[in-house]
Amino acid sequence: MKKKRRTMLYIPGNNPAMLQQGGIYGADSLLLDLEDAVALNQKDAARILVRNMIQSNNYYNAEICVRVNHIDTPFGLEDLEEIVPLQPDAIRFPKTESVEELANLIKIIEDIEDKHGLPHNKMTLHLMIETALGVQNVFDIAKFSKRVDAITIGGQDLTADMNIKSTKDGSGIDFARKMIVMAAKANKIDVIDTVFVDVNDEEGLRLETEYAKQIGFTGKAVINPRQIDIIHEVYMPTDQEIRKAYRIIKEFKKNKKLGIGVFAIDGKMIDAPIVTRATHVLELAQINYNTI
Amino acid sequence: MKNVIGREIPEYIEGVGKIDMFVGAWEKLKKGWMDEVTIPPPNKAKLPHQSKICKTLEEAIIQTSPKDGMTVSFHHHLRNGDNILVNSIEILAKMGIKNITLASSSLNEVHNPILKYLKDGTITKIWSSGIRGEIGKAISEGVLDLPVTIHSHGGRVRAIHTGKINIDLAIIAASAADNEGNATGCKGKSAFGSMGYASIDTRYAKQVIVVSDNIVDYPCIPISITQNFVDYVVKIDSIGDASKIATGSTRITKSPIDLRIAKLAANVIEHSGSFKNGFSFQVGAGGASLAVAKYIREKMKKSEIKGSFILGGVTSYGVDMLNEGLFNTIFDVQSFDAAVCSSLVENSHHIEIPAALYANPFNCGCMTNKLDIVVLGALEIDTNFNVNVITGSDGTIRGASGGHSDTASGATLTIVVCPSFRGRIPIVKKAIHTVVTPGESIDVLVTERGICVNPLKPELEENLIKGGLNIRKIEDLQEEVESIVGKVQEIEFTDKIVGLIEYRDGTIIDVIRQVKHHG
Repeated sequence: MKKKRRTMLYIPGNNPAMLQQGGIYGADSLLLDLEDAVALNQKDAARILVRNMIQSNNYYNAEICVRVNHIDTPFGLEDLEEIVPLQPDAIRFPKTESVEELANLIKIIEDIEDKHGLPHNKMTLHLMIETALGVQNVFDIAKFSKRVDAITIGGQDLTADMNIKSTKDGSGIDFARKMIVMAAKANKIDVIDTVFVDVNDEEGLRLETEYAKQIGFTGKAVINPRQIDIIHEVYMPTDQEIRKAYRIIKEFKKNKKLGIGVFAIDGKMIDAPIVTRATHVLELAQINYNTI
Repeated sequence: MKNVIGREIPEYIEGVGKIDMFVGAWEKLKKGWMDEVTIPPPNKAKLPHQSKICKTLEEAIIQTSPKDGMTVSFHHHLRNGDNILVNSIEILAKMGIKNITLASSSLNEVHNPILKYLKDGTITKIWSSGIRGEIGKAISEGVLDLPVTIHSHGGRVRAIHTGKINIDLAIIAASAADNEGNATGCKGKSAFGSMGYASIDTRYAKQVIVVSDNIVDYPCIPISITQNFVDYVVKIDSIGDASKIATGSTRITKSPIDLRIAKLAANVIEHSGSFKNGFSFQVGAGGASLAVAKYIREKMKKSEIKGSFILGGVTSYGVDMLNEGLFNTIFDVQSFDAAVCSSLVENSHHIEIPAALYANPFNCGCMTNKLDIVVLGALEIDTNFNVNVITGSDGTIRGASGGHSDTASGATLTIVVCPSFRGRIPIVKKAIHTVVTPGESIDVLVTERGICVNPLKPELEENLIKGGLNIRKIEDLQEEVESIVGKVQEIEFTDKIVGLIEYRDGTIIDVIRQVKHHG
């Protein structure tokens, strides 16, 4: 079953208590952060701490992703040399702007993997798009390598890069959001929305998540564990949707045995895209469609 | 010798006598009565129109003819805002009274100043449901020759009925009183709410002083304490600071871990089989407990479930649920939030109850016996689900038994909520320092790292699994905690017993030993 990425919880890489407890909140993914959450004079300590926690801590079933510093900074290469050999589920790379830069990054990663005798197909890449140039190039970036299995929009940095005011409705980055979603969907990869910064505004978070879901985001980045349940609730299919999806898959399997690809339920045509959507609904509801 | 839960307890303690060993949570109740003889309350008389008014607390205390070896009692409804206990003990000390047995329903940090009277022989014995602050630390280090006795709220009533606590003088703080001693905690500038723990003292004490900063015209209404039990009435400037009752604990926590635990606990309740129309409910006021109420409130609204009653310590959150019609009644033995006072006065379905009705196991049915669901905290819990709420990780007395064992015994579903470790201190352990509530009366443990069901409750576990909850063995959780925080160095104790943990039925479930100091 495909891994869910409704929520990706940021955990500062220099905070031992938060790193230790990160797995208990039920987030689908954990982003152990070596970049913006860590002060310049703590980069070394964070790198060591994150390394040790990946090796020893129980994160239950959460996907583990490490956000490294950009390769153009003094810390990026050291981050990769420390983290890549541990083969977390994914590496998140900030401020991706071009395929050339991505090619360089992948080469560095694969060289490290070769040095340690590791395969190239296990650890995936999450790319952050957080500049206007990155948004312009996002389709090419998303399709560049099979290792890229998610892209995400960094709303705060993008707002700064565009030199616009951050507003609650996110209107300034709305076009970018949709561009990024399109690039991801066109390449069949996940796409994660930016964080909602006001942790006390539950209703605002719910509204923004509903919008993100509506325009196609797979999930949303999270800066406080209290935000997780709200996002999961938004992404949880309704009972009616689950029942409908279950019926579609059941009929699909029955018809498939008979060699029929397109069929009808209650007079409405069911074809491959509808079956695909039904499988997504069941995945979100944690129902194993293979057993139907 | 070891009692039934394996705690090593001497059969005889000098100055205490023969120890009545704990035999099981419900064993002594099965008979249907209490073996111990009940003492009669004192007979007293007053002449018609005789004044009870004294000018000062000192004058009132002098009127009661205090003597060495007396037992003096207090109630703790003002919690950390209380002004009365310390003042009263200071007066008795100035009078040169020695060997006092202090029987306060609980002791808090605000009572730290009496520590010097434990050292100089003014106070030599203590009965209480909880001891916090410097007093608890000093007792753990052996400041008293005789062990303190920690009882439950229900157990205190039983101990007074049997004369184990034989009160010579009860000093009762009231936020309003009249000149005959009719009194309430619900009105006035220092209003603190229910006086549930004070009622037993007034009935059984040989002499009773009501102290108030608000003497009102006769009669004082509503009447929590009635004049026929009161000897003297004193007006003072301030009985205390009611704003310190709650000390912020009655706000819903924002701690992600507490909220995580609370959410899991609410899911346990939802799928337990006990979450249905007419269910009764009790939660504590702090941390995760109150957050459970928040989630249960949401689930009740969503499922259109209406409860029967809320019991015990009451917060404004409970009052909100009453006003929303989610529960029919509140039975209030202790108000955790001064904001509930107006509800107690104005809402006939918000009822003040005495501790005897709340939790005394030896009557025709205390209200804890009617509880469906209770959510409790823990300082430690062992792999047999035994719970410690009295001694901290350093082995010193710092908590309160309160109604923990009373409610755990009575409720159909008893849930303990706590983090699996705090800082680097494990909470879920193989062995705990002190047992206050026996594991046989605990059904579920909920921590941030998962839910554990007592193996004595297989049907409950089945319900929770059917509800989609992930259940794990408490032994596995304990091992995981140990793998995170490491093995904790055991605290060293001397042989001296500094505390007795009395189970609600009067038997001794555990003892607290003196912490050993090196160097």
